[in-house]
Amino acid sequence: MPLTFPKEEYMQKGHSACAGCGATLSMRYVLKALGPKSVVSVPASCWAVIPGEFPYTSLNIPMLYTTFASSGASISGLREGLDSQGKEDYNVVAFAGDGGTADIGLQGLSAAMERGHNVLYVMYDNEAYMNTGIQRSGSTPYGAWTTTTPVGIKRDYKKSNKKFVADLMIAQNVPYVATATIGFPEDLERKVATAKLIKGPKFIQILSPCPPGWYYNSSDTIKISRLAVEANVFPLYEYRNGKLTVYKPAKTVPLRDYLSLQGRFGHLNDVEIGEIERALEERWQYLLRREKD
Amino acid sequence: MESIQASRRIMTGNEAVATGVKLSRVKVISAYPITPQTTIVEELAEMVANGELDSKFIEVESEHSALASVIASELSGARSFTASSSHGILYMHENLHWASGMRAPLVMSVVNRAIGPPWNIWSEQTDTFNQRDTGWLQIYCESNQEAMDSVLLGYKIAENKSILLPVMNMLDAFTLSHTSEPVEIRSERTAYDYLGDLDLDFKLDFKNPGGYGSLLGPDGPFMEMKKDMRDSMYNSIKLIKREISNFNDQFEANLPGLTENFMMEDADYALITTGAISSTAKYTVRKLRAQGLKTGLIRLFFYRPFPGDDILKAVRGLKGLGVVERNVSYGQRGPTYEDVVSSLYGKADVPVRNYVVGLGGRDIRVKDYEKMFENLVETDGGMEWINVGVT
Amino acid sequence: MVIVPVAYLPTSSKELSSWRTSRPVIDYSKCTRCAICWKFCPDVAIDLSPDPSLSAPNDRFKALEAPRIDYDHCKGCGICAEECPFDAIAMVEEE
Repeated sequence: MPLTFPKEEYMQKGHSACAGCGATLSMRYVLKALGPKSVVSVPASCWAVIPGEFPYTSLNIPMLYTTFASSGASISGLREGLDSQGKEDYNVVAFAGDGGTADIGLQGLSAAMERGHNVLYVMYDNEAYMNTGIQRSGSTPYGAWTTTTPVGIKRDYKKSNKKFVADLMIAQNVPYVATATIGFPEDLERKVATAKLIKGPKFIQILSPCPPGWYYNSSDTIKISRLAVEANVFPLYEYRNGKLTVYKPAKTVPLRDYLSLQGRFGHLNDVEIGEIERALEERWQYLLRREKD
Repeated sequence: MESIQASRRIMTGNEAVATGVKLSRVKVISAYPITPQTTIVEELAEMVANGELDSKFIEVESEHSALASVIASELSGARSFTASSSHGILYMHENLHWASGMRAPLVMSVVNRAIGPPWNIWSEQTDTFNQRDTGWLQIYCESNQEAMDSVLLGYKIAENKSILLPVMNMLDAFTLSHTSEPVEIRSERTAYDYLGDLDLDFKLDFKNPGGYGSLLGPDGPFMEMKKDMRDSMYNSIKLIKREISNFNDQFEANLPGLTENFMMEDADYALITTGAISSTAKYTVRKLRAQGLKTGLIRLFFYRPFPGDDILKAVRGLKGLGVVERNVSYGQRGPTYEDVVSSLYGKADVPVRNYVVGLGGRDIRVKDYEKMFENLVETDGGMEWINVGVT
Repeated sequence: MVIVPVAYLPTSSKELSSWRTSRPVIDYSKCTRCAICWKFCPDVAIDLSPDPSLSAPNDRFKALEAPRIDYDHCKGCGICAEECPFDAIAMVEEE
């Protein structure tokens, strides 16, 4: 059987990610699609820790560590610095978590995309500040338990909706915007490969399940990632040349199938789950309307 | 056409800085506007737009991003520059540490301006004295000529393989930044010979890829790296002296050492100053000398590394030394005072006083300096605020 | 020369087997060499190489690249066992 997937590895064994880490697979897949002529900038996030302590590195390409809010600026500087030396053919990539993208890094991301540098910004979305121990971010979904939305007796779970950064990037008319997840790696590879060929700013948001942060068994990372799409929690779409294309899952499943595998949603009752389901359906209809525009 | 002859032109401090950047053949410029720095980046943007300067110009959305982007471009192997002022410098603070910790040999020009509230765009040095401990070398200019020269000198020192720390060169808001003086424009050819191209041994390497910045705990060489930064900074004093004399030879320039001693040989009373306010102080020294009081002045050209030994040599025999501080530190005396006193402690028996002057652009007049000297003659010890609360 | 904070040593030189509480074991007689386990391994701890000496559902598969668990780097997450469409991988508890 021929491999459906590039065989070359640019992420190494021996990294310090948790067992079953989705963010690690995101990096592995992104780099497979980009190839060796790439440099990645990483802000404070799980990926700043995954390569482990000095003098270790886990990538076969250069990785620049940067301050938390600086991913957008860092890739802007890398791009212009490399271009000024005639290295236009190198891929410049940011690899930032959801906190570093939806929250503290949003200004820098938005500005880098607006300036139009030839860069790819990858947001690996594990839906909370996982590296600091599961605090809610703007990208945490409604209803989730985190250590700063601890439910308690007052049912104080996250009471606001997930901020979809990819939607914001579409609103900014970034030339290429996509959502992807590691449960559909061929789709992810294709999207990164597409982005690679576009000269200009690109943004890809990759849902990257996190076993300790979402409270599920580490073997379920891929399964949960797929369910997120099939249960309509994380629709896959692609925005290119002003046109939105929404992926319609071959199979759909009830939201409960997705939630019930994860401890972070264990406190939700039927009424609350029904409310979430309605909100997700509204967003789905919104995406379909946008697609028709 | 390349001009071999140096030429003399009337220009503002900000134009002088921009010309220094052009002479340094900077490859990436990234900056965010703030009064009174703006005309530096406007001038540079124009040079790039007119093809006078072959450089990428990134119009970032904040100072934090300005510094983050030039750290990245510098490590990619491209000589990079940014400029800012006041709140912009404060907003950069964490990236100031990141730049030095990454050993990125950047140069940043800072137009010294007050910190709010209340909002105030006028001259004061609290913005950069607050950055004393960030691992950047600090140069305070007295003239527009120094503003231009310290950009070239800054890159030369920063890129020295045994220093590899960023340099900030300071000029006073408006007094230098927007005031025109004659400036000797250094020849492009001499500047090229002097500075050469950036040759960063550890720049991003695609054949031997590394993790730039990495991660460390208590047992790894974290503390060793910090000590190495301190050692590089401290040991740079000798190299800076050599580079300044090299600069003066090559450009027929007149830069002082890390300090400038003005009429110090037989002085009884002296002040220590930084920046453009030194000129008024020098005038006062001459005036008081004419009246029979043996006064002198030590101007700090470099504040980091701190030229403690040079000061120690200069103050021997003084009856009184006043440290003039155009910044404010709450809860203790000023930072320059602290540095001077710790450099002299146990080695020189000179009473040292501390004067806080010129905050928020408050004028520092000849009579204010006269008051400081008078105070030095009459008292020893203590801190005075000058030209404050009086009409 | 200054000490720069640049890390060059590949983590592949590290050994992480103590992280594991259970280990994946491949039953090659069920393994079709589809490489799905390889594709989904977050630890890059499954190598692919042909090994005709391994058993296979039939001889046709023997010439293909077979997955091999690198136990020095496998953290035992169990994704491979979960995702194997042929139930050819079992998680066995470490002692």
